Parts: sequence; structure tokens; C-alpha cells
Amino acid sequence: MDRLPLILSTLCFLLGFAATLAALKSGHYHPRRFNLGMMATGLLLQTVFLVGRGQAIGHCPLTNLFEALVFLSWSIALLYILIGPAYRLSLLGMFTEPLLFLIQTVALLAPIDALHPVFPPHSPWLEFHAAVSMMAYGAFAMAGVAGVMYLAQERQLKTRRLGTIFFQMPPITALATANMRLLWSGLLLLSVGQASAAAIRVKVAPGVLIWGGAMWFSYLLLLLARRLGPRRVAIFSVVAFVLSVAALCLLNHFSKGTM
Amino acid sequence: MSETPAMDILCLGLSHRTAHVDVRERFAIPEAELARALATLTSLPGIAEAVIVSTCNRVEFYAAGPDATTAMCSLQQFAAERSGVAPSIPDPFFAHDGTASIAHLFRVVSGLESMIIGETEILGQVKKAYAAAAAAGSTSRNLNKFFQRAFNVAKEVRTQTSITRGPVSVGSVTVDLAEKIFGRLASCHVMILGAGETAELTARALLSRGVKSIFVANRTYERAAALAAEMGGEAIHFEESERRYREIDILVSSTAAPHPIVTHDKIAPVMRERPERPLFVIDLAVPRNVEPSVNDIEGAYLYDIDSLQSIANQGMEVRRQEVTHCEQLISRHVNEFHQWLGAARPQKSGSEPA
Repeated sequence: MDRLPLILSTLCFLLGFAATLAALKSGHYHPRRFNLGMMATGLLLQTVFLVGRGQAIGHCPLTNLFEALVFLSWSIALLYILIGPAYRLSLLGMFTEPLLFLIQTVALLAPIDALHPVFPPHSPWLEFHAAVSMMAYGAFAMAGVAGVMYLAQERQLKTRRLGTIFFQMPPITALATANMRLLWSGLLLLSVGQASAAAIRVKVAPGVLIWGGAMWFSYLLLLLARRLGPRRVAIFSVVAFVLSVAALCLLNHFSKGTM
Repeated sequence: MSETPAMDILCLGLSHRTAHVDVRERFAIPEAELARALATLTSLPGIAEAVIVSTCNRVEFYAAGPDATTAMCSLQQFAAERSGVAPSIPDPFFAHDGTASIAHLFRVVSGLESMIIGETEILGQVKKAYAAAAAAGSTSRNLNKFFQRAFNVAKEVRTQTSITRGPVSVGSVTVDLAEKIFGRLASCHVMILGAGETAELTARALLSRGVKSIFVANRTYERAAALAAEMGGEAIHFEESERRYREIDILVSSTAAPHPIVTHDKIAPVMRERPERPLFVIDLAVPRNVEPSVNDIEGAYLYDIDSLQSIANQGMEVRRQEVTHCEQLISRHVNEFHQWLGAARPQKSGSEPA
């Protein structure tokens, strides 16, 4: 029963996505209203679940891959609520909701909610490191979503085949700007996460250390390489997010009991 | 206690669908004459309330009166006196009463009777006409309710259907595409190659959305200077235009050159220098002025006249398909309003209120 809020939030994201698809198909799409409502309700339910889980285990709910995926999903929903309306990125929710639905469905169905028999000692700094790093992944996920939208919009403009969705999409330059800002936000959060890990001397496997460092360095290089152009940045955002999730799984694998 | 008299609503008018412009202009009523015309109308037999809608595409007289036949005769007499010609029905005039007149106004304000289906300018024009009539004291309970309901219907049609969505002309497609690339156009610099009418119209459409600056280049510098002066832009020599490509965001080309003058080799280096800044290239010329391969350059988006026209046609088709949906919505409101009008009539003698 403790999973009920999470199941309901997953359904909220599915409903939001389905309603947007139906509205787009009928041609009567009104940006933000329903999406924002479903996203806010989903976020509230996620928060209820995470608070409940945290109280049950006496830790920040980041002790296994299941919790990490839910926390990642929560970070993405939170960032959407903070960033989506601010940048007037209508339809960002339509692209975000299926991602949240997918992440939470995997979390709910896959056998990854194994409780560690021995929890790591309670350390607020360790939890801070984990939470901030997860927020960074959330920002990278949103950058990936903005990247997908950019590539979809660019393809329509280049091929001159403007679908129903075209006139509802944000301007391509706004997507490129949002993408860059999300990447910078992610990099900043990741830097804070890495720095806090270094400060409290978290012990991790060398592979994880190299992987984390390589990720941080790649994002930094991407953001500093101004000549790449928004299209390549968009492609990188999508690929990098997929790799980030892979990194998250690896991190979980190599640091069982210490996350 | 006085009883509200029975009222019929009727409409006599002509529009771009029924009359050529030289007929419409004979019946048109200038704004300055509206109050007097309304006073004349409401003094005629059978007419208690009146509103006159006079635009470049239509002249319509709406009236409410206790007897539709008398009121219609008065409307026809009024139209005949104004133009000096007796209006023949049904051509070029149309006449509606009952639910037909209600449906007609609802269709007009929703843009279904407009030359470009779904255009919204007519709503503003009808609102203005109604405001003038209300100010002149020629409206009362029936037409007030009728027009207010019509404005609500127009709003509902606009928000619940796609009748106003999507661009339907080459100019609006160009502007919409520009906004889908750049967002707000306030920081965009535009260059026009060729000072012909097509390029000028497109430039004016972009100007109306607030572009920052316009450069005009033409083989004949004097023509470029004249157009630039008209639009508040800057004229440049045609030979200089290539050097200025790196400054612009939107390039509109419409010269009579028999071969491409904007080539891949000229645009590619410019785009390499500014990878984060897109370039929207609009080729309105036939034969085309821009090499099609320009579209292959990253960040450059090329649209020729056929592709723009094709998008406009798609938009128009979407609107046409939406008409049925709009008609259904309007039909519901027509019935509701007709019922309200019926309910406002006094009970026949001998009948008892329920």
C-alpha cells in the first residue's frame, strides 16, 4: 500500500500525456492547463511517497535503484514545474510526462526495490550529495527533453512538413536557450554534488569515480564549445541523458549499501 | 405594468459573397454618418431597434421589431433611399428573419462568412458597430442580448475549434514561421533583395511584428532607397548585400534574376561564423533566387514560394474542415437564443402562465 501514491502519480503522468495527444489530434490543444494540473498532482503524490519512504527507512530515500529512479522522476517533475511555465515552453509537459511514466513504470515493475540489510550510517552530507546529484540528473533529463523537442522542431522546419504539433511548439531558439540553461543548471548541481562527495570523502569504486568525472568533464566541454551549434548540443543532451541513466544504474551496482 | 412587446429579429444585407465591390460601396455607411442613419432607421415603421454593420466586405442592417414584414419593408426602403437604387432580393441582397437572422450574425462574428474563413477582424468590426448603435440609443433589450450572445458565441468558436488556427496566406505563413524560429521578432534584422511588390508585402508583414531593422538591396539603388524610406529601413547597394549577410536573421529574396544569386557557397561560411544564430531565407522569386541546397546548411531554413503556398493551403483546408464543427456549435446557440426570444414574447390572450 505504501506504493499507492507512486502508482497514482504514474497514472497522472500517463493521463496528462494521453490527454495532450488526444487534444493535439483533435486540433483543440490548450497548452499548460491540463498538463500542469497533472504534473502538479503527480509531483504531490511523488512527494507523499518519498516522504513516507524516507520516514520508513529513516534516511533520504536514495538507498537503492528503485528509490533513485523515483527521486530522479521527482526531480524532473519539480524542474518542469519550476522551469516549464517560466520559459513558456508549452508542450514541454507533453514530452516530459511519457519520460516520467516510463521511469516510474520501470521502477514499479522491475525487481530493484531490494532493501539493504545494513543501511549506511546516517550522514546529512552524504544524503545532500546524493540528493543534489540526483537533481543534476533531473536537469540533464529536462535538457534531454528540450533536446528532443528541438530536434523535432528542426526536422519539421527543414522538411517543411509542419504537423499539428508544429504551431504549438515553442520557437526553436527558445528551445536551444532552454537546453543550454538546463545543461548549465545540471552541471552546476553535479559540481556541487561532486564537491560535497569529495569534501566528505565518499568511498566509491574507481570505475564510478572515472565515469562521474568523465560525465562532468564532457558536459563542461560541451557547454564551453560554443561553435558546436544548437543541433549538436541537442543531440548530445539526449545521448548524455541516456548515458546518465546508465551511470546511475552503474553507480547503484558498484555502491550497494553506500548510496 | 407594461408588457414587453413581441419582437422579431431580422437582417438585410449584402456581402462580398453576393455583391461586387462597386455595389457594396454604394450602400456603405461611413462612420460619421452612422448615428444619423441609425436614428432614421429606428424612426421607420416596424423598427424598434437597429444596428448597422458596414465594413469593406459587408453592409448589414439588423433590426428588431414587432412585425417582421413591416420591418423588412422599412429596411428595404431605407437601403433604396441611401443608394438611389431599389434593392432587389435575393440578388445582391440577402434577407433573413427568425432563426436565419440569428444564425447569420453568429456566423459573421465567428468568421464563417468572411473572405478568409476564421479571420478575427470582423469580430472587432461588429463590436464597434454595436457600440456605435448602443451609444446612439438605437438598441434595447433584444438587440443588446442578441449581440452580446453573438460575441460570446464568437469567443466560444474561437477557443473550442481550430477555425482561427494556422496561417492561411503567404504573408502570414512567413511571419508565423519566423516566430517559430526566432520567437519575438524584436531583435531580428531583415534584408530584402529586390524591391518588388511581393518582397515589400512580406517585409511589411514582418515590420508589423516589430522587426528591429530592414535593409533593402536592389539592382536600381534609387528604387531600394525609395522603398527603404517608405519602410523606415536602410538602402544598400546590391553588390554590398553579400557582405551584410552575417548581420541579418531573415533574408527575403524576390529579384528578377534568371539564376540563383544566393548560393550555398555564400551562406555556408556565414553560418559557420554564427552557429547559434539561425537564418530564415524566403525565396519568393520565380525563377528561384536561392539555391535549394542552402536548406542543407545547419541553422539555415529555406522556404520558396511553393512551400509557403502549400502551408497556407494546408491551413485553409484545416479551417474548412472545422466549419462543420463550428456550425454545430452555432446551431446550439441559435436554438437557445431563439427560445429566449420566444420566452420574451408576451403570452397570447387567454393563455395562463404555467
